[in-house]
Amino acid sequence: MKRLASLILAVALVIGIMPLTACCNGGAGEVYKIGAVFAVTGFNSPLGTPEKQTVEMLEAQINAAGGINGIPVDIIVYDTESDETKCVTAVKRLIEEDNVLAIVGPSSSGESLAILDTITDDEIPLISCAASSMIVEPVAERYWVFKTPQTDTLAVIECYKYLQGQGISKVALITDSGGFGSTGRDQLIALADTWDMEIVADEKFGTQDTDMTSQLTAIGGTDAEAVICWGTNPGPAVIAKNMRDLNMDLPLLNSHGIANKTFIDLAGDAANGVIFPAGKLLVADQLSDTDPQKALLVQYKADFEALYGEGTANTFGGHAYDAVMMVVMAIKAAGADSAGIRDAIESITDFAGTGGVFNMSATDHNGLSEGAFVLIEIVDGEWTWLQ
Amino acid sequence: METSQLVQYIVSGVTMGSIYAIVGFGFTIIYSVTGIINFAQGEFVMLGAMISYSLLGLGLPLPAAFVLTVVLVTLIGAAFNLLAIRPARNASTISLIIITIGGALFIRAVSGLVWGRDAVALPPFTGNESISFLGAYIQPQSLWVIGLTLLLMVSLYLLMNRTLVGKALKAAALNRRAAALVGIDARTMSLISFALAAATGAVCGIVIAPISFAYYDMGVMLGLKGFVAAAMGGFTGIWGVFLGGLGLGLAESLGAGYISSAYKDAIALVFLFAVLLIRSRSLVVEEEET
Repeated sequence: MKRLASLILAVALVIGIMPLTACCNGGAGEVYKIGAVFAVTGFNSPLGTPEKQTVEMLEAQINAAGGINGIPVDIIVYDTESDETKCVTAVKRLIEEDNVLAIVGPSSSGESLAILDTITDDEIPLISCAASSMIVEPVAERYWVFKTPQTDTLAVIECYKYLQGQGISKVALITDSGGFGSTGRDQLIALADTWDMEIVADEKFGTQDTDMTSQLTAIGGTDAEAVICWGTNPGPAVIAKNMRDLNMDLPLLNSHGIANKTFIDLAGDAANGVIFPAGKLLVADQLSDTDPQKALLVQYKADFEALYGEGTANTFGGHAYDAVMMVVMAIKAAGADSAGIRDAIESITDFAGTGGVFNMSATDHNGLSEGAFVLIEIVDGEWTWLQ
Repeated sequence: METSQLVQYIVSGVTMGSIYAIVGFGFTIIYSVTGIINFAQGEFVMLGAMISYSLLGLGLPLPAAFVLTVVLVTLIGAAFNLLAIRPARNASTISLIIITIGGALFIRAVSGLVWGRDAVALPPFTGNESISFLGAYIQPQSLWVIGLTLLLMVSLYLLMNRTLVGKALKAAALNRRAAALVGIDARTMSLISFALAAATGAVCGIVIAPISFAYYDMGVMLGLKGFVAAAMGGFTGIWGVFLGGLGLGLAESLGAGYISSAYKDAIALVFLFAVLLIRSRSLVVEEEET
């Protein structure tokens, strides 16, 4: 038994040392190193997996086209396992051992907030792929940090604008009690007055709850004219189904949290008629040819699905695309200098990415404005652009 | 306050309560026979849902998929007992409980790899049209849930009281040492209790998947709620667990409807806290006597 244990220990040591020796043999020729941290496994893997796949696809494409200014790029991707602590460790490793110029990711807001101090102390530019506006605000304290996804505020504005156009002013909220749902709820409440919306019900649910008929019945007892649900699967799909079962015919609006095919698969025909804001990627082929994003979106979707299968492209991978492309543009302008890359990212304007047209500035480290989201209605199980 | 609303809350509460009760049955069967609280019970439910999803995907008709799923999950439950619990049978009860937590993590992780992490939808047993009832609506699947819970309860009652195996299980539950003295093998009884608990978990998983969807970590919350139902029933009688489950389901549903849905999960935890506070003494005493 003891011999077995020491044998295992020895093997473990050898395996542990191998990557160290491997790292020091390399280094032939100049290369631009970019770091990436994504939740490839764990509960955020629906986000992290397409992000990693996008980054790998882009690395191959950029190098096939001759790299940046003739110098190849090396994008080092670490898996955070959806764990904030592991994310911090991975970022430190990227900075200290791999000496990367800039970092893209992580996938979730929690992980992004966890690495702010490390990024700021080590002065490495970061472009996060997570949504929370707290990642880039206040900008004065987020000198090194940018993000690509659209903020919740823009999604809420799209919903309210639509309802106002429909002459609806009394809404019922039903929000996930987790992070995504509760920040969405905060925005929905904060913006209600501006858009003359009266919130007549404020219900909550747990992501894993199996039945929301109680909350919906309570909503049915108010004079709500529409229901707004904010959450990620499977909760919103249960709600759509429950509403059908209860024969409730109020319009159901959702958030960009359901912007993937899973929602349609789960809710089935109860998904029809659901309206939600999302990046234009979902309806790329329905955009007009004059849309500045159209060519890029169609291209990205085609490239991604050629590699990973039909119907796999989603907005999360798009966030990683935007982040990598901005880092690449910045390196092209500034070379192998992290401070210069940061300045170059901050001065990016009119960049048509997958998430919208970015106009970065010293006061806006997201760079997206109204119009980055479009409203989508599910019709016969397909995403349809609601113009 | 309208009657139709109240009826709807009760319908929803009874459906959820039945689900909690079935999960609770599994906890109770194992606890009463072995003294172990099996934290992998929710995972048996998840396996029932996921395996039936796969079998239906292979084109099996529902009855065949149902039976085969129950058989497979029962075998997994038995294997779990033989591989994880039996080798450590001389360890203290608390160690065995910790083993079940490890087992739950293992089953969940493997399922995440096998079936992926996205939720999947299963078709309801019979139709999608809600049935109108006193101004409220009932899904046909809810009737299946309630019906199967009652059927399971009666079957368990008959098994425990009318068969030799049941009587042996009961004897082991009442007094393990005395049962051993009259030749009832504690190891076999432990094995049977795990298999039985896995089978009830599988039934639960198959019947609720069309309502709740199926995904690799669905067992966590269901396991917790089932545990509360079992605790409210005192971990002993099937009837008590059934009432515990119903009480919890109704409290959640009425609480979410009339008080605030923000406290829905808190209701279960408050119930658990109250039950443990009141019952912990009797549980501990029972533990020391055996």
